[in-house]
Amino acid sequence: MSKLKTMRQSTRKKCFILLGMLIAFGIFEILIATNTLSNQMQNLLVPMCYNIILAVSLNLVVGILGELSLGHAGFMCVGAFVGAFVSKVLGVLYPDLSKWIVFPLAFLIGGLVAAIFGLLVGFTILRLKGDYLAIVTLAAGEIIWNIFSVTYAAVDNGKIRFSLGGTNIKGLSPSAKQIATGAQGISGIDPLSSNAGVRFAIAFAITFVVVWLVLNFIHSRTGRAVQSYRDNRIAAESIGINITKYRLITIVLSAFLAGIAGVLYSHELGVISAKQEVFGYVMSINILVFVVLGGMGSTLGSIIAAVLLTVLPEWLRVLNDYRMLIYAVVLIGVMLINNNPTISSYVDAFKNKVKSLFKRKNKAKEAQ
Amino acid sequence: MNVLEVKDLSIQFGGLRAVDNFNMTIKKGQLYGLIGPNGAGKTTVFNMLTGVYKPTEGHIFLDGEEITGKPTIKINQMGIARTFQNIRLFGDMSVLNNVKAGLHNQIKCSLWSNLFRLPSNFKVEREMNKKAMSLLEVFGLDKFANHKAKNLPYGEQRKLEIARALATNPKLLLLDEPAAGMNPNETAELMENIRFIRDNFDMTILLIEHDMRLVSGICEELTVLNFGSVLAQGETSEVLNNPEVVKAYLGD
Ligand SMILES: Nc1ncnc2c1ncn2[C@@H]1O[C@H](COP(=O)(O)OP(=O)(O)OP(=O)(O)O)[C@@H](O)[C@H]1O
Ligand SMILES: [Mg+2]
Repeated sequence: MSKLKTMRQSTRKKCFILLGMLIAFGIFEILIATNTLSNQMQNLLVPMCYNIILAVSLNLVVGILGELSLGHAGFMCVGAFVGAFVSKVLGVLYPDLSKWIVFPLAFLIGGLVAAIFGLLVGFTILRLKGDYLAIVTLAAGEIIWNIFSVTYAAVDNGKIRFSLGGTNIKGLSPSAKQIATGAQGISGIDPLSSNAGVRFAIAFAITFVVVWLVLNFIHSRTGRAVQSYRDNRIAAESIGINITKYRLITIVLSAFLAGIAGVLYSHELGVISAKQEVFGYVMSINILVFVVLGGMGSTLGSIIAAVLLTVLPEWLRVLNDYRMLIYAVVLIGVMLINNNPTISSYVDAFKNKVKSLFKRKNKAKEAQ
Repeated sequence: MNVLEVKDLSIQFGGLRAVDNFNMTIKKGQLYGLIGPNGAGKTTVFNMLTGVYKPTEGHIFLDGEEITGKPTIKINQMGIARTFQNIRLFGDMSVLNNVKAGLHNQIKCSLWSNLFRLPSNFKVEREMNKKAMSLLEVFGLDKFANHKAKNLPYGEQRKLEIARALATNPKLLLLDEPAAGMNPNETAELMENIRFIRDNFDMTILLIEHDMRLVSGICEELTVLNFGSVLAQGETSEVLNNPEVVKAYLGD
């Protein structure tokens, strides 16, 4: 009996989250179809999706691995640029290629290159912990967007040419097609679909799969190994867990998913440029706010916080100037509450009460 | 057969020789005690046996194979598991998951099967749940399976650490003050548990303990450490009656 219960607990939680997402998706699609959703809201649906991906992927590193990363936007930047690059280059070289081949390739390659950057960063921080790690990831994020801000790319006579020098490629023929233009970035990226409903459906499908993968990861043999490192490194080693390996796996997976979010981002906006506000530490901290507000380690919390913080600033346009200020205050508040034993014991007691309410209901149902 | 053989083990921390010329042999199936006053170097010996500290001199053999200076992870995989004097559980994980983490190298499947929920993932989870629950039952912890480890009472936390160590399927189990902070009832229960593990898991156990009732109750042989060196060694009753040992414990 108790065995069965333990097996069900994590599965039940997972089904709850995934089902909730499906229901929310259904409601939004109906609202779009019946034209009840304002244009402003419609434009927020895909951003909601990539923000969810960014939040749950950063939560893997911050909440599950237990290490502070301040460079998550860097991996998103890689995905955004590489994904846009792939779909533009393929568009130029093979104009007849179906979108159903181009876009999946863009997502795959964008994610994989971001994962390679994740691996590089993972290796450099192998021996670092705490503050040092935060500083290095911050620097890595800044380096990444700066690289893309000096990258020029073009397709010339069927050949792809690059320049990383901050000036355009020399000796391009007049027929050459420019892809990336340094600080101006990449423009004219094809949208995933011209129909808002379809665009949201694709973005949602990707987000849904990402959340499924993340939940699978957390509630698995690998996820337990990662969490054991978070909770007690010395004990994890003492039971033979190769902590270096699991640290790298988590960082690479997180970077891959952030890359996917980046590809989604660039195809939604159509124009991207490597700028501090979009891909720098400000964005990294925005993502971190999702994770911290949602309760570190909680995937559901990350999702809810990402959705709310995508929608709220648009609703509270007036407050937009003060957004960062409000974030800071809220963050400090959350940190204080989390670290205060009296308050957190109240929160725990409240949670248990809610849980026992549900349990009683279930039991009542069983009795009937 | 000797499960553990320690030869001339020493370690130096700056000017302090915390363990000096330490020798010890433990036979298969033995329940062996390591005792001594506070600061004698007992935990330091454990830390050297498990690769947390690299000894300055000396050799350690597990089942005849040299393990001196090997990394902690490797030593656990070769067959030494331990508990900690200051409890080190995975506090935010459930009691069940603590033990399942201990099964990490016993029951395996790939990352891909975890991520994409391939059939092998479910098989591994089923096996792990079964094995972990049976280990928890040994210590009467099965009723807490879904609780967070950090919310367990102190005594149960110590037992959970033993269960987690056992999950790694060791040849030698090291317990660092397993009865610390327990009341006499809990200690009596723990003694039963330790005997049960030795008999039913075919285990060799080395334990550090200050509680003399536990030591004299279950240990067959003892080594007494004092200021880093061996003061006495041999059968429990003999060692405990050794005047030198009595003096070291009671002072002059
Ligand atoms: N990493 C270290 N660096 C410096 N000195 C250390 C270190 N670890 C232990 N020591 C010293 O080694 C000596 C032995 O410590 P140890 O923890 O092994 O004692 P113990 O026998 O386990 O004592 P207790 O019964 O209090 O647990 C102590 O003087 C301690 O301060
Ligand atoms: Mg000690």
